[in-house]
Amino acid sequence: MNKFIPLAIFCAIAIALYVGLSLNPSNIPSVLINDPVPEFALPAVGGEEGGFSSADLAAEDGVVLVNFFASWCMPCYVEHPFLMELKKRGYKIYGVAYKDKSWDTNGFIKERGNPYYKLAADNKGRVAIDFGVYGVPETYVIKNGIIRYKHAGPIQEMDFEDKVIPIIESVDK
Amino acid sequence: MIVEAGHFALILACFLAIIQGTLPLYGAMRNRGRLMALSAPAAYGQFFFVSISFGALIYAFIVSDFSVANVARNSHTLKPMLYKIAAAWGNHEGSILFWAFILSFYGAAVAYFGRKLPRTFYVRVLGIQALVGVGFYLFLLLTSNPFERLFPLPMEGNGLNPLLQDPGLAFHPPLLYMGYVGLSVTFSFAVGALIEGRVDAAWARWVRPWTLLAWCFLTSGITLGSWWAYYELGWGGWWFWDPVENASFMPWLVATGLLHSAIVVEKRDTLKAWTILLAIIAFSFSLLGTFIVRSGVLTSVHAFATDPERGVFILLFLFIVIGGSLLLFALRADKLQPGGLFAPISRESMLVVNNLLLSVAALVVLFGTLYPLLRDALTGDKITVGPPFFNLAFGFLMIPLLLVMGLGPSTNWKRADLIGLTSRLKFVFAAAVVASLAHFYIAGGGDMMAAVWLGLGLWVFLSTFYEWAERVKLFKSDAMKRILRQPRASVGMSLGHLGMGIVVIGMAGSAFWGTEDQSIMTYGDSQEIGGYEVRFNSTDGVSGPNYSAVRASFDVRKNGREITTLEPEARTYFAPPMPTTEAAIYSTFMGDLFVVIGEANNKAYDQWAVRLYYKPLQIWLWGGVAIMVIGGLISLSDRRFRLGAVTRRQKDE
Repeated sequence: MNKFIPLAIFCAIAIALYVGLSLNPSNIPSVLINDPVPEFALPAVGGEEGGFSSADLAAEDGVVLVNFFASWCMPCYVEHPFLMELKKRGYKIYGVAYKDKSWDTNGFIKERGNPYYKLAADNKGRVAIDFGVYGVPETYVIKNGIIRYKHAGPIQEMDFEDKVIPIIESVDK
Repeated sequence: MIVEAGHFALILACFLAIIQGTLPLYGAMRNRGRLMALSAPAAYGQFFFVSISFGALIYAFIVSDFSVANVARNSHTLKPMLYKIAAAWGNHEGSILFWAFILSFYGAAVAYFGRKLPRTFYVRVLGIQALVGVGFYLFLLLTSNPFERLFPLPMEGNGLNPLLQDPGLAFHPPLLYMGYVGLSVTFSFAVGALIEGRVDAAWARWVRPWTLLAWCFLTSGITLGSWWAYYELGWGGWWFWDPVENASFMPWLVATGLLHSAIVVEKRDTLKAWTILLAIIAFSFSLLGTFIVRSGVLTSVHAFATDPERGVFILLFLFIVIGGSLLLFALRADKLQPGGLFAPISRESMLVVNNLLLSVAALVVLFGTLYPLLRDALTGDKITVGPPFFNLAFGFLMIPLLLVMGLGPSTNWKRADLIGLTSRLKFVFAAAVVASLAHFYIAGGGDMMAAVWLGLGLWVFLSTFYEWAERVKLFKSDAMKRILRQPRASVGMSLGHLGMGIVVIGMAGSAFWGTEDQSIMTYGDSQEIGGYEVRFNSTDGVSGPNYSAVRASFDVRKNGREITTLEPEARTYFAPPMPTTEAAIYSTFMGDLFVVIGEANNKAYDQWAVRLYYKPLQIWLWGGVAIMVIGGLISLSDRRFRLGAVTRRQKDE
């Protein structure tokens, strides 16, 4: 009879693994998907009037993108040309310069072009924390002030086609 | 075209495996020579076609063929060639194809080297090997096709996780897989023997070289991974009890047990059922490891492709392979009558204790690894089981294991004389205890466990050396002749145990005597650590093929004398974007100086977060493992293990 013990132990483990398959261990609800954007009001780069706030995002009718970036972030350089392309296609991109110096941000924009509809500075990175940004660049898809999708890392053609467009189509009805 | 050929070759290999796993097995049952004759050619053919298939995938990676989805997801034109090739097995689909490739390689190797095995047994072993292969081929073809095409064509690939772009990691998976899959041979031999209903000394002699080979690969693979974690992750640690590390460690523990219990089967014709069970469990742990990594049931830094659908497939496969073989074991184990009897104090008993401790250790690791999953399934709580649990439970089991390890080789078979044993080893034991107490005294107390581990390491090292010296009569005339005439298997044993002793001492050193320091350093600052004076010179921007980096420069002095300049880097990779640290390490026999550079102060560009570690005896750890593996390889070259060699009775002493 004791020859069956290994088999019994294995069966117990297999059942546990089967149950475990339906659970997602990395499903820790940290991202604010389908939640309203956290409340904020950011100044423009250089600390003056003319940034934007959560109210501005909520007031938007269509789908907009919020892009966190910085001039010190190499992947942001990689991402930049595609943001210009998105602007050309008519997407409204709100830019947030994350923990960046205003003259650096302005230099970055002046040198490479401005893909942003509006640009604000998050010098202390507090708004980024509220958004749950891990690191720049990160891009959020927002409709009527509700976060629909978040893309971490530089957004590229392939990511946009595969992930963002289906989401835009599904929420933009 | 080449890609399609690879896909097609995989389908052919699958059909060959189905043939090899059915007709010859039927032939063996009915004693039909013609059907049995199919198995060897099928095994060679399988290897041939899977090689073509795997070659096609590597080719797609080399030429950066982004029309293949797998290449587009995991490669990038900017990547150095080594990592383009390594990316072929650095992803889910590719790694499973790699598994299948090695499986078919071992199948062909068994078909070739096992020609002298009894006919029906040979056919059964190959048949089981093929059936395991069928599972992997179907898994590839049905759920994880590495040759899937992509449309529209992307211009550039996604790149490989930069942490994995490292020479150490390019070779870590191949070695590990050679080990994992090598255990499939042991498994096939065990199941083959259960079907035959016969296990004897000859069986143990056939199985041991394969187990030893797998063990050597597994040991090197695990250590390479651990070494990689040590210098790449930049925490100064080398073992984290991460689920995926555990997944490779559990088969290692069982395989180590199996190596020892197979000796008992070979020499004393007993412990047969237990050995068969270990052979099944060792491979089961390999498969379970694959399941854990691939299915996403556990989170881990290593799990690079997770998909519940695949998980269901692997679980079903596990159920058939492991459940089936354990059922067969339960039904047939009674047929395996034990032969030789032994007294409570004997080499056999020592090996039984070794086996029990290693198996319990594997169970403890399994429990710790799966516990978060069980909790989540039963109560919904999210928890993690960390190093404190493992270090305590595992360490507790290692103490008796190391004690027995020192005694075992000096103990006689059948019945040993306890008084003689203790009187021979008492000086060795006393030396280890004295050294350990001396350390405790010199260190002025400190952690008592440091002294315990140091003592245990010394005990294993010294008692192994003592046993060897006694065996070769080191201090009598013509000792050299006797040293050279030792059977290679026993030389291998001595080296393996000596290496383990060194590893334990190295672990004690790096875990308990290490010092670390984290601080903000400005250019020109100096810091004292481990007897070194480390001066922060400057930082510089550098760029590599697919990353940009900040490279810092540190001058290292000891007693006022310039020794070396260390240049750790903080890298940012482009594709995918990710920061990594490249630690700079100055290794000496007595310890490693380890420097990691963190982030700059936002306001002052000459102020950086710097972490310094001093890890005493770190190199002993790697060196000890190297000695263990060399011991394994020497043992492997013993002529008794060469299959087909005339079996001759060996005297035990």
